[in-house]
This record gives sequence, structure tokens and C-alpha cells, in this order.
Amino acid sequence: MRILSKKNIITALLILLIYAVGEVMLRQGIIDSYIELNIMLIGINIILAVGLNLVTGITGQFSLGHAAFMAVGAYTSAIFTAKFGQSFIVAMVFSAIAAALAGVIIGIPTLRLKGDYLAIATLGFGEIIKIVALNIDYIGGARGFMDIPKYTNWTWLYFMVVLSIVVIKNFVDSRGGRACISISQDETAAEAMGINTTKYKILAFVIGAFFAGIAGALYANYFYFIKPDSFGYMKSIDILVIVVFGGMGSIAGSVVGAIVLSLISLFLQSIPELRMVVYAVILFLIMVYRPQGLLGKGEFKLKFLRKRVA
Amino acid sequence: MEQVLQQLINGISLGSIYALIALGYTMVYGIINLINFAHGDIYMIGAYIGFACTTFLGMGFIPALIVSMVSSAVLGVIVEKVAYKPIRKSTRIAALITAISVSLFLEYGMMYFVKPETRTFPEVLPSQNITLGNVIVNNKDIYIVIVTVVLMLVLQYIIHNTKTGMAMRATSMDSEAAKLMGISVDNTISATFALGSCLAGAAGVMVGVYYNSIDPLMGMMPGIKAFIAAVIGGIGIIPGAMFGGYLLGITETMVSAYGYSLYKDAVAFAILILMLLIKPKGLFGKNVREKV
Repeated sequence: MRILSKKNIITALLILLIYAVGEVMLRQGIIDSYIELNIMLIGINIILAVGLNLVTGITGQFSLGHAAFMAVGAYTSAIFTAKFGQSFIVAMVFSAIAAALAGVIIGIPTLRLKGDYLAIATLGFGEIIKIVALNIDYIGGARGFMDIPKYTNWTWLYFMVVLSIVVIKNFVDSRGGRACISISQDETAAEAMGINTTKYKILAFVIGAFFAGIAGALYANYFYFIKPDSFGYMKSIDILVIVVFGGMGSIAGSVVGAIVLSLISLFLQSIPELRMVVYAVILFLIMVYRPQGLLGKGEFKLKFLRKRVA
Repeated sequence: MEQVLQQLINGISLGSIYALIALGYTMVYGIINLINFAHGDIYMIGAYIGFACTTFLGMGFIPALIVSMVSSAVLGVIVEKVAYKPIRKSTRIAALITAISVSLFLEYGMMYFVKPETRTFPEVLPSQNITLGNVIVNNKDIYIVIVTVVLMLVLQYIIHNTKTGMAMRATSMDSEAAKLMGISVDNTISATFALGSCLAGAAGVMVGVYYNSIDPLMGMMPGIKAFIAAVIGGIGIIPGAMFGGYLLGITETMVSAYGYSLYKDAVAFAILILMLLIKPKGLFGKNVREKV
């Protein structure tokens, strides 16, 4: 497959077009700061959800500790930008690497476990990371880390979202991705076919953590302020909900899920007391009536475009 | 030495609470393989029912405890019938998220009705300190331990000496086979939820009496801790859950007593992870080989 195939060029043009539209709307002030804030949150959630989808949807490993990698990324970026005065790109690279390293350290022991046990073990690791962050004075402890320079903007956000989707999509379509899918379907059979299941499980976990680190950096450098409590297991559950809501194993589903769930919680803000109750009911109804998620395993195709071009 | 003994007493009280909640987790997991995240919230609602009984109706400790246990059992059955029955056949992850949604629903629904602020539990048991040598034992500690032991003995009796208990054991071994033997699996699952929720409700009232304060999110952490306790003992195994609860409670108070109270949750999770890595079936569990 050539890189410069028609399909890829169209996709690239579409990506640039959406970017340009967003940029123009921001410059013209059509998008006010409130909408911008929500777009940032949606973008960060997309990166997190796509990363977790690789672990949970595609490789089939329950993880309830994804927010911890985001925390590692956020704190690393905060330290590099606020304490060391480094540029955002340097901070982001280090955040992603730090989160990926955390992924290796947590992944090697826990990925031997399966199902609910794995979920609880990752939840435990996530909480441990949070508690450690709460107790380190250098990064603010329970008071939180303040005065982080604001670097995240539409350009950074958009291209990081695109990067995460493109990398993970290509990984899924590669040899490694196939191996991951086979693990999710039947681990024993995959192993019998000669797939090094441990290696691919850890690889998926590390890639997911890597992008969660980037999401954390974007988050920290947008909100000036981070505190360990924002990265508790409820955040991990939120991300997992996006993945399941959109459709396990569908990357387009994660994107749609992140957007739809963010919009739902935006509309629910008008009834703050009942927001979480309604959210819980929606979640429940989805799980009962459409447990495969909004898109199931489906992906968006550019078929309608291809027809026109061809 | 006195310090250690004193902390041991506090630890046993906390451990009793964990053990009571853990029993519900372990029974439900044993029978339908579901981490019932809402279990911690039933414990919270039990505490509120106890609070309502003692504050508004002026009941004493034991009547309030019984009312709360019965209402929690009913609530547990309702949760099971409404929320968990439709998803019994669905995937693990759908079940997990349903459990989380039920938990959120109970937490925030309760918060809507009782307001988020912390409530002070009335003094239903006048505090009396009994000095044994150099160790001070509060009468609340004694009440908690006695109630817990009585409830556990009753539970053991129900599980080993009644028909319902036998049905529960059979269903948890093999629900298909149990059905073929004429056991009503649906009723058995409901009975399991009722028993587990009943114990959680009792734990809720006792926490209210012991620590004097309750709030709508109080169930989250003890819920997870109790699950850890259940895993330590070996999930699905009843004596294991009791042991795990006491071990966790005592460890936590010891860690706090020696000045690391900020790390007590981390220690609980570290125990969990070590346990899962070394002996995932729990201290009391038997290793079952996976068959293809």
C-alpha cells in the first residue's frame, strides 16, 4: 500500500480542512472561550479513550488505571514547563515517555492477571500513583500543582488527537494489532499459534499509556492547575465508559463516544443536582439495550468519497 | 506494647466493618461473577436508614440495626431484580459498567435526597471506657465485635444448615446443574443479594455509631477496601472474606498508628496487588487449572 494513495490524500486534506475551519472560527471569535474549553476536554478525552480502546477494546484487557498514566503525563509536563522552564514540545515528549515507562512498570506484573482481577489490580496501581502524588511536596501534594504555563491551544490539541488516532489505527492494522485482536478473542489459542501474548499485551498497554501521557500534558498545560484527586479511579471509569459507550474495539466509536458523552454532560449541567443520576440512568440503559456500544465494532469509512473520486 | 494492643482493638473494630461488607461482595461474586460496585452504596444507605431511625424515630441501637438490615436486604433485592437481572448474560465489561452505573445512581440519587453534607449520628450508645490493664476498650468496640460475630454465626448457619444455603452453594458451583436439580436459580441469587445487603446495612449502622459521621459518598472507599478484603481471603470463600476483612482493618490501623496515615489506602492496594501476583486465588483459595 502506498502512502500517497488517493484515500490517504483525501483523508489528509479532510484533516487539514477541519483544522483550518476550527482555527478560523477561533480567530473570528465564533467559538467563545466556553466552547473552546469543552472542545479541549473532548479532544483530551478522545486521546484517552482511543488509547484505552487499544488496551481494553482491541486487546481485551480490562484496565481501570488509565487516569494514572494521564496523571504521570500531567505532572511530568507541569514539572518540565513550570519548574524547568522547558518548551512544551520537550515537556510533552518527556510526559509521554514517563507515562509509557509507568505503563511498562505497571503492565509487566499486572498483565499476568485476567478479567476482573486485572481491573482491580490496575485500579489499585492507579490509586497508589494518586496517593504518592498526594504526598510529594515538590509537586504540591494535596494542594495541587499551580501556575503551570498555558501552552495547549487548538493546534496542539488537534494534531495530537490526529496523531493518536493515526498511530493507533495503523498499529491495529499492523501485524502487532492483529496479534492483539487474537489475544482478545482467545488468549490460549493465540499463544498456541505462536504469538508472544505477554509482549503484545504489554505493547498495547504501553502505547495506551504513552498517549494518556500526552493527554495529561495537554490537560495540565491548559488548566494552569492540576491536583491528584482529578486523576482518581472515577476518571479511569469515565474513560472506560467512553470506550464502551462508543463501541469496544472501534476507534471511530471512541471518538464518537467522547463527543457524545461530553455533549450529554454539557447539557446535563443545567440540572446540576441530578446530573450524575441522569448520567447513571443513560449508562445503564445503554448497557442493557445496546451493550456493544453506539458503533459496535464498526469504523467510519470514506466510501461515499471514494465513489465520487473514482 | 500497650500501643500495639490498643491499635489492635481499633483494628478489629474497623476490620469487622470490612469483613461484613466483604461477605456480601464475596457471596455475590461467587454466585454471579460480578463485582457489585453498588455494594458499598448499600452500606451507605444502610447507614442513612439507621440515622433516620435513631434521629427521627428515636429508636435504640438494636431496633435501628434490625430495621436497617431489613431495608437494605429489600434494597439489595430490588437492585438485583431491576439492574443485574437484565445483564446476567451479557459480557463482563457490560456487567462491570452496569454495576458502576448502579453505584453512581445510588450515590447521587441519595445525595439529591439527603443533601451532600456530612451528618452527625446521634449517640445511641453512651460511650463508656473500660480499662483493661493499660488498654482502653470502648463499649462501642465490644458492641461491634459482638454484633459482627453473631451475624457471621447466623450466616454460617444459613449457608451450611438451611435449604436456601445449600441452594446458594450449589448455584455458585454450577448454576446450570443447580437448575437441573430443581433449584430456582433466580430466587437463590435474590437470596444471596438479600443476605449480602443485610450485612452491609448492619455495617453501615455500626460505622455511623462508631465514627459518628455519615455522608452520601462514604461507601466508595470502604466498598473497594472490602473487595480487597474479599480478594485477600479468596473470592467466593466466606471464611476468607472474614479473615481478609480483619487483616485489612488491622493493617490499616497499624499503618496509621505509626504515622503513615496518608499512605494507608496505598498500603491496602499494595497488599491487594501483592496478593494477586503471588496467590491470585486468595489465601483460602484453591488453584483451579484453566481448561481450554
